[in-house]
Amino acid sequence: MSVFISFILAIISSMLIDNVVLSRFYGICPFLGVSRKVKSSLGMGIAVVFVIVLATVICWPLYNYVLVPAGIAFMDTVAYILVIASLVQLVGLFIKKYSPSLYKSLGIYLPLITTNCAVLGVAQSNTDQGLNFLQSLANGVGTSIGFLLIIVTFSCIRTRLESANTPKAFKGLPIALITAAIMAIAFMGLQGLFSGIIV
Amino acid sequence: MGKEKGATKRNFLKGIVNENPLLVSILGTCPALATTKSVEAAIGMGLLFTIVLVCSNVLVSLLRKLISEEIRTPAYIVIIATFVTIVKMLTNAFLPELYSTLGVFISLIVVNCIVLGRAEAYASKNGVFDSFIDALGMGAGYTLAIMLMALFREILGTGAFAFGKIFTFIPYFKLQIIPVGYEISIFQNPAGAFIVFATILAVIAFIKNRKTELKTIKEREEKIRKQQEAKALAAQGGNK
Repeated sequence: MSVFISFILAIISSMLIDNVVLSRFYGICPFLGVSRKVKSSLGMGIAVVFVIVLATVICWPLYNYVLVPAGIAFMDTVAYILVIASLVQLVGLFIKKYSPSLYKSLGIYLPLITTNCAVLGVAQSNTDQGLNFLQSLANGVGTSIGFLLIIVTFSCIRTRLESANTPKAFKGLPIALITAAIMAIAFMGLQGLFSGIIV
Repeated sequence: MGKEKGATKRNFLKGIVNENPLLVSILGTCPALATTKSVEAAIGMGLLFTIVLVCSNVLVSLLRKLISEEIRTPAYIVIIATFVTIVKMLTNAFLPELYSTLGVFISLIVVNCIVLGRAEAYASKNGVFDSFIDALGMGAGYTLAIMLMALFREILGTGAFAFGKIFTFIPYFKLQIIPVGYEISIFQNPAGAFIVFATILAVIAFIKNRKTELKTIKEREEKIRKQQEAKALAAQGGNK
């Protein structure tokens, strides 16, 4: 039971307290690039959840059961990026075959995920920190759901911002970044959420 | 090659000013926000980034006739990842402080859009020397941009300007600019990174807007003057 609880806590902590975008700075490019419309940000977020969870599930065994026994642990970055790139292709093909409607809405975002640092960042930091499989999975799930949460929230705010009367120099990206800053301050308030629970 | 003089210089400078990867194209924002807590870390990041960019650009340019169109992107990614691994191991061996400060962001140079973007957009179409200069310019532009961000964040956030913590071969020194107790520590936090980046982009947008405004005003004045001249000419003609 305690394993289960710590698994859930790890998911929530990497989702909210250590949010990918707002405190670890992974995936800022899609965060700024694909957040103009709520619908497209939702598509991007779901595609990222897909790929991150799958990449975590594949990369962890790959590192611990293939690269380390073979004595080529230093090849981790190359191996991960190949796994991620082919995974993105594969997921794309799979979705295209079994759910054309989902493919229609996710299709254009899938290639973009290869260069989303969140995916490689999660895989890399899992093995860099020496997490076990369950912890890695919790990190992957929490991070990707945190990304989905933030990008959708942010796009909702951004659609409102479009019509807001901002100073001319701040139009577009600068005001979006200020918004992100305010969101980051809000998320700072969640720090220490579990300080009483995790001993 | 019969190229005009100054083309090389322009090729280098475009990466710093007109096509600055961070401030104009808004690429590679993740490390720019994450590694700018101190100027030293920013310099280190910029240096590693430039090395990877230059090496991969040169190699891609050398191999541009061998790599077929269909497998272009995977091939480039493997080239970039290889150089990142080399740089990572060298940093770990010779600058361990830098390695631990930047952490996972050294590996994340692989997915930095600028490196892949330059390989795709420039090195795959141009000669080795041009690609080398292009990469050097882009790297310098990126380094300067993140140094600018780090300068604001370090001075406002810690109140001082310190050097020698990461590059341990330099004697340590610290310059207190804002008196102790008056520093604004939020600039060291993620939120501060967003604010600094937003402000820099806004200042650039302001300067650009101002330039286009001045241009349109000038054009309008020119137009009015021409009209008046034409009127005066017509009036003279009428008098005759």
